[in-house]
Parts: sequence; structure tokens; C-alpha cells
Amino acid sequence: MIRVFLVEDHELFASGVRNELGQEFALVGHAASVAEAVAEIPKANPDVVLLDVHLPDGNGPEVVEALPDVRFLALSVSDAAEDVITVIRAGARGYVTKSISSPELANAIRRVHEGDAVFSPRLAGFVLDAFAGLTAPAIDPELDQLTPREKEVLRYIARGYAYKEIARELHISVKTVESHVGGVLRKLQLTNRYELSRWASERKLA
Amino acid sequence: MFRRSATDRVLTGVAGGIGERLEIDPVVVRLGFVILTFAGGVGLLLYVAAALVSRRPDLDNPPPPPKTSTRQAVAIALVLTGVLLALRGVGLWLGDGVVWPAALVVLGSAVIWTRGDEATRARWLARMPGWIQDEAESHPRTRTLVGALVIALGAWAFLSSNPPLDLFDNTPLAVGTVLVGTAVIAGPGVWRLIRQVSDERRERIRQEERAEMAAHLHDSVLQTLALIQRTEDPSEMVALARGQERELRTWLYGKTKPGAEGSLSAALDAVAVEVERAHRTRIEIVMVGDCPLDDGIRALVHACREAFVNAARHSGARGVSAYVEVEDDLVTAYVRDQGIGFSRSTVSSDRHGIAESIEGRMERNGGVAVIESSPGRGTEVRLRIARSRAT
Repeated sequence: MIRVFLVEDHELFASGVRNELGQEFALVGHAASVAEAVAEIPKANPDVVLLDVHLPDGNGPEVVEALPDVRFLALSVSDAAEDVITVIRAGARGYVTKSISSPELANAIRRVHEGDAVFSPRLAGFVLDAFAGLTAPAIDPELDQLTPREKEVLRYIARGYAYKEIARELHISVKTVESHVGGVLRKLQLTNRYELSRWASERKLA
Repeated sequence: MFRRSATDRVLTGVAGGIGERLEIDPVVVRLGFVILTFAGGVGLLLYVAAALVSRRPDLDNPPPPPKTSTRQAVAIALVLTGVLLALRGVGLWLGDGVVWPAALVVLGSAVIWTRGDEATRARWLARMPGWIQDEAESHPRTRTLVGALVIALGAWAFLSSNPPLDLFDNTPLAVGTVLVGTAVIAGPGVWRLIRQVSDERRERIRQEERAEMAAHLHDSVLQTLALIQRTEDPSEMVALARGQERELRTWLYGKTKPGAEGSLSAALDAVAVEVERAHRTRIEIVMVGDCPLDDGIRALVHACREAFVNAARHSGARGVSAYVEVEDDLVTAYVRDQGIGFSRSTVSSDRHGIAESIEGRMERNGGVAVIESSPGRGTEVRLRIARSRAT
């Protein structure tokens, strides 16, 4: 059974998740603040950490940065570009909103456990928007641009297609879809184009 | 290392940060740097070094302003004297006639401007005879008086210990010394006053924001919650909650781009809200880019609306998702549901929804509409239209 740790300060939501996932996953711990999460997660040794982006004593990205060897799936009601991009850039393997259905959430946890990336339609839209808005020439084309294929896959995700459906549409295997999404995640995390952060904060201010 | 102070800063917040770290008054730290600067510029070097090794301020958790106990003050004075003597021995020195008067001036300034520890003072006072206690009641004035005297003494010592610069032959120097003395006596007070005024302004802004937030929540969220409690129909509750969520989100995170009025994203949002209300469904729109409305774009918005309504009415799916991408010369939209789907041949030809409102409308405006659906696999409406050159 996959070991899941929950970082969530909203007690109502936390107990909901426990009820929904308790059958299928081993829930090995629960923290309600950044300090608690950083202290407890290494002890519980989970496979996947479900992480709320907003916590009372700080934000999700701090937890992600403090524990680089842990796999995080970010979970939030926010949908604000800055929150989404920041937690992914900090190292989270995926981002889903709290309105996600429980089978979909279970699926996302399994995917993160297998080392894949999980993109919600909105995150895919943000990434397309962010890379489309980059005006300066790429310094490192390997990291600073999306390939046409990656863009295509992201567009399907933004349209609400599951990986399986994307694979069928593009006549490629699900594994290939996964590797494209993984490639996008890597670029998103490693590119040091400052415009990406600026883009996110502008979206927030505007 | 230590963090520079975000709240207590004159130049870079280094002294404020050291003060917070050591829990002594930053004024003392600042004066320490000043007096050490007279010793061959050592203070200046130390300040630059401290600025380099310090970390940027922690904006989220500013520490409380530190107080200095009398014991700490004496200890710091002794340490500083010791350091000065050591530097004098090494030869980093501007001369006895400059440094010792400057030290006196600094001491006076410290007497006037450091914030004392109230608890310690109360303990001390309790052991004092009555007339000293009375005196301490009017304490700020006494402090200022003593400090000013010490500073004046320093200024006098400076002038008299530099005989070549005779007082009467060198009026500019005398005037300069008096000015510096006055600045040292009054300067920190003026500085503190300015900070106090700006603190008050910040607090007022914060209060206004809080009031605005409360007013908004009252007009929107509380009203909706009251409505939900009075509603019997679960689907009505969902619709109310969903409408409120959308409204609150827009208010909290703002629109994606400035000047959203009259833009494609605003028009789509308005259409989505309308259809959600009327048909009790959930519409998620993901947008990449945005553009102003023109005839072609308006046709696309209407076609999207028709697709939303069809999905809500006929698909049986929980929600509808839309993806809209604006490129330099082209706008593409995909409206998708994962409902029951349909096959074109089973839809009677007198139903105008798809043929007229979606395909016809797009074609008349030079666009394309493709509808892909099969029973059991949901429906996707794909729309494409060129952007007019004028924009």
C-alpha cells in the first residue's frame, strides 16, 4: 500500500480526505503547519505527501524546499497562478485543486508515487501561457522552450483529456505522454528565466 | 549570522538587525559604529563587513523591538572603551583630541535615546529614596538634560583640546561643532517621530483594508450562506455555492489581465456564470492569452455559450470544461464534456442548436466549427476563428 502523509490545516477537509482515501492508501501521518510537517514527514517516511499550499505559519513551497527527497502533490483551493507556479518551481511533482473528485485524487497520488508528474488542466494552461509570454531569446534552448510535442500534450491536458485519451489521439503510448509531461515539469523547475516568476506575480497583481 | 532588520532601519538595517539579535537597543549599536569610525575608520569597515555577512530581513515575522537594561548598557560602554583603547595602542587613531570628545558626544546621545527596560527601572526605583522616584517620574526631561550636558561637554572638550583651532579665530568650526551637537541631541528624536508617523499611516491603511474586506464579505458571502440555509433543494444549494465561489475568486485573485472589461475572457466568464445559474452545471474555463472582442470573437463566445448549454442539458455529465487559446492571428476554443455523447444522425434536423447556433454562426464569421462526439465517449466542440487585422 502506498504510504500517504497529509499536510493540511483545514480539519474538515483533512477528515474528508482521510475518509475517502483511507481504504486505498496507508495514511501514515498528518501535520497542520510548516514546522510540524518538516519535523514529522522524515519520521513517517511516506511515499507521497499531499500538501496544502497555504498553511498558518508559512506556505507549501517552504516544506517542499526543506525536504528535497520527498515526493509532493500540491493541493489547494487557490488556483492563483503565483501559488501554482511557485510550489511547482519549488519541486512539487504535481498540482491539483481541492474540487477534484476522490477517484481522480487517488489516481494522481498513484501517478506521483510512480515518479510521474500530475498536471491539472489549469496548471497546463498556466504553463502554456507562461512559456508563450516569454519574449527574450532563450539562453538555454534545452530548458527554456517547450518542444512542439510538449505543447501539444499540454493543450490536450488543458482541454481536459486524460493521459490515456491523449495517447490515443496522438497515436503514442501512455508512457510517452508521461515522459513529455515529465519533461515539461523538469523545464518548469530548472529553467532560470526570471520572466517565469515575474509572469506569475504579474498575474496575481493584475 | 543575523538578519538585517526590515522594520528598524536607517541605512540598511544592519544595526537594527544586530540589535534584534543581541536584544539590545539598535541606537547603542549605531552609536558603537559611529565611535569606532573615529578610530581610523574601523567602524565603517566593520559596518560594511556586517552588511555583507548578514542575511536579508525576515519580512513575515518581525521580532519585537529590543530594550536595553542598565547592566547591558554599562557592559557595552566598557567593551567599547576597551576596544577603543586597544585600537589606540595599535595606532588606528585620529588623535586624543578628536576621539575622546566624540566618545563623550556618543555617550550623551545614548543617554538620551536608548529605550530602557521598564521592569528593571521599576525594580531600581523601588529601592531609591522618594525624591529620586519623583525625579524619575519626570524622567525623560532629566535624561535629555543629562545627555545634552554630556554632549556639550564633549563639544567643549573637542574645541578646547585643539588649541591651533582657536575658538575665536575659527568661527566656522565653532558653529559646526554646535550644529553637530544639536543634531546629535535632536536627530534621533526627529527620526523616531518620522517613523512613528509612517507606522501610524501603515496601520490606518491596514484598518481600511480590513473594513473593506469585512464589508465585502458581508454583502456577498454572508448573504449567500444565509440563502443556502433557507434553501431546500440541494441542486439550488450547489448553484448558490458555486456562484459565490466564482464571485469570491474573482474578487480575491482579480482578473487575469488589466482592462478585462470588453475582453474575451470577461465575456466568456459572464457566459459561463449565466449558463451555470440557469442549468445547474459547473463550467471550468482555462484560458491562455486574451484579446479584445470583435465580431468574430463575439460569434465564438456565442457558439461557446451554445455548446455549454447543450452539454448541460443533454450530456448528463457533472461539468463542462473549456480551453481557449489566443494566438497572434487565431483564437481556438474547445468545449468538452464527458457525458453520454450522441451520434449526429440521431439528432433530428429541425433542432437548430448545433447546425444554426454553432456551425452556421462560426461559418458566417469566417470561422470553423467541428463537433466530435460518439455515444458513450462524451462530446467536444472545437471552434476556430481568425483575429481581425485591425486589432
